[in-house]
Amino acid sequence: MSDALSALLQDRDWLLADGATGTNLFNMGLSSGDAPEFWNIDEPEKIRALYQGAVDAGSDLFLTNSFGANASRLKLHDAQDRAREFSRIAAELAREVADKAGRPVVVAGSVGPTGEIMQPVGSLSHESAVEMFHEQAEGLKEGGADVLWVETISAPEEFKAAAEAFALAGMPWCGTMSFDTAGRTMMGLTSQDMVTLVEGLPNPPLAFGANCGVGASDLLRTVLGFSAAGPERPVIAKGNAGIPRFVDGHIHYDGTPELMADYAVMARDAGATIIGGCCGTMPDHLRHMREALETRPRGERPSLEEIAEKIGGFSSDSDGTGEGDGEPRRSTGRRRRRG
Amino acid sequence: MSDEEDDLILSELPDEELVPQMHDDLYDGLKEEIEEGVNILLERGWEPYRILTEALVAGMTIVGRDFRDGILFVPEVLLAANAMKAGMAILKPLLAETGAPKMGKMVIGTVKGDIHDIGKNLVSMMMEGAGFEVVDLGINNPVEEYLEALEREQPDILGMSALLTTTMPYMKVVIDTMKEQGIRDDYIVLVGGAPLNEEFGQAIGADGYCRDAAVAVDMAKEFIQRRHNQRAVG
Repeated sequence: MSDALSALLQDRDWLLADGATGTNLFNMGLSSGDAPEFWNIDEPEKIRALYQGAVDAGSDLFLTNSFGANASRLKLHDAQDRAREFSRIAAELAREVADKAGRPVVVAGSVGPTGEIMQPVGSLSHESAVEMFHEQAEGLKEGGADVLWVETISAPEEFKAAAEAFALAGMPWCGTMSFDTAGRTMMGLTSQDMVTLVEGLPNPPLAFGANCGVGASDLLRTVLGFSAAGPERPVIAKGNAGIPRFVDGHIHYDGTPELMADYAVMARDAGATIIGGCCGTMPDHLRHMREALETRPRGERPSLEEIAEKIGGFSSDSDGTGEGDGEPRRSTGRRRRRG
Repeated sequence: MSDEEDDLILSELPDEELVPQMHDDLYDGLKEEIEEGVNILLERGWEPYRILTEALVAGMTIVGRDFRDGILFVPEVLLAANAMKAGMAILKPLLAETGAPKMGKMVIGTVKGDIHDIGKNLVSMMMEGAGFEVVDLGINNPVEEYLEALEREQPDILGMSALLTTTMPYMKVVIDTMKEQGIRDDYIVLVGGAPLNEEFGQAIGADGYCRDAAVAVDMAKEFIQRRHNQRAVG
């Protein structure tokens, strides 16, 4: 029994994922601060249009509008009991659009972070995190998602909790983390640490990788880090279309469609199989990315210098994986606890 | 190496060894040791303000520097900040009694629609660690709550945080409302959060964009200093 994503991965040596959700919804009139998930119910036409935009631009896979549909985040909008419903409807709308595409298009059920810090540093317990992710996973499954897709995660504990929840839901899944702090996740994880994490899970994902973060250059560096660690499964690259700037009262990402086309080809050369965008990536970017992936030949693995030259500079000198980069410092080592 | 050789009895250390030891303990996030250290220094007759600055603030400065330089990451900084908070909890009532000098006051909160408070909490704790008084509005703040808090608390600084590209534009809503009400320039407005950058901060009309909590502290000090100078001149 094979799922839709595994089937596509068997036939193809790259897949185009989708672009931004938030940026697109803003352009359709979502106000800053409102939860996009309410639109699954209040503005289903706009959500269909969001999905259709990715499909028409050539995406082989797109994410559902359910990133924030977990109890912890919906609590802000007094909708903590609607996580499952919002997730289910996000997937149902996606299923409709994907099934009419006339070619195989995978519906990936988006699962974002809880926004809380897990124990022992924070207050969220492993059990509560699993429960929240499980609730969302069941909703996405009911709505007809082909795979679950946890994204923008910083903490390894949260990634593991999501994996466990997806096992409870009996669903295949993918997972990406956000490497936005000197090439590591906010919690200090390097690209190579993530490979170790993923390969050590009892139910490893179909594919894993990076999304969001700083800009497209940093994301490519992270992909190089993944592939250097020799993972046993496909790598996902979903980088932002450049860096956000405020233009005429709204957010604009400075990455052009042409730049994202270069990024897509370089991501493939760097070892990524599932390639898409994140914040700021609009259908026009996706079209250029698709065209570049279809028409340009594969090349050598890009060097950091080539990435900096074509896509732009990095946010930090190192990403923690090179020689001379140690583990994050955990202790002064000068003194141990008293007995 | 036996355990006994590793053991340190804090109360047996002279001041000049105890204080650097407390810096190490802060770095390692050892809450109980920090509480013990603070109490020992109090027993030895140290002024609360001196303990705050020389033991706690100086220790957190090292943590902040290594966080900025990518040597420490969020989990370690949170542990260090928790340890500092425990020390602060002992000192706070004493500081109020002794009328110790204040660096300044900040109202801080995550903007409407954004649940993320990791970065904001770090800034709060580091600012307290640097001697500022901090009023934390928590997460999900609409513009009304910011304005009410400014009116109520009369802070020097307003700090806003957002971790989502869907919520960061809301900072501009708050700043624009402040402008409309003619109160924008009464406050130093600092913004921060993962998706932001300096240009964004400028475009929405903030005084400063803080890349991380350590930068926030440096910038807050700098702006407060500048304000004092301006007032002295004006």
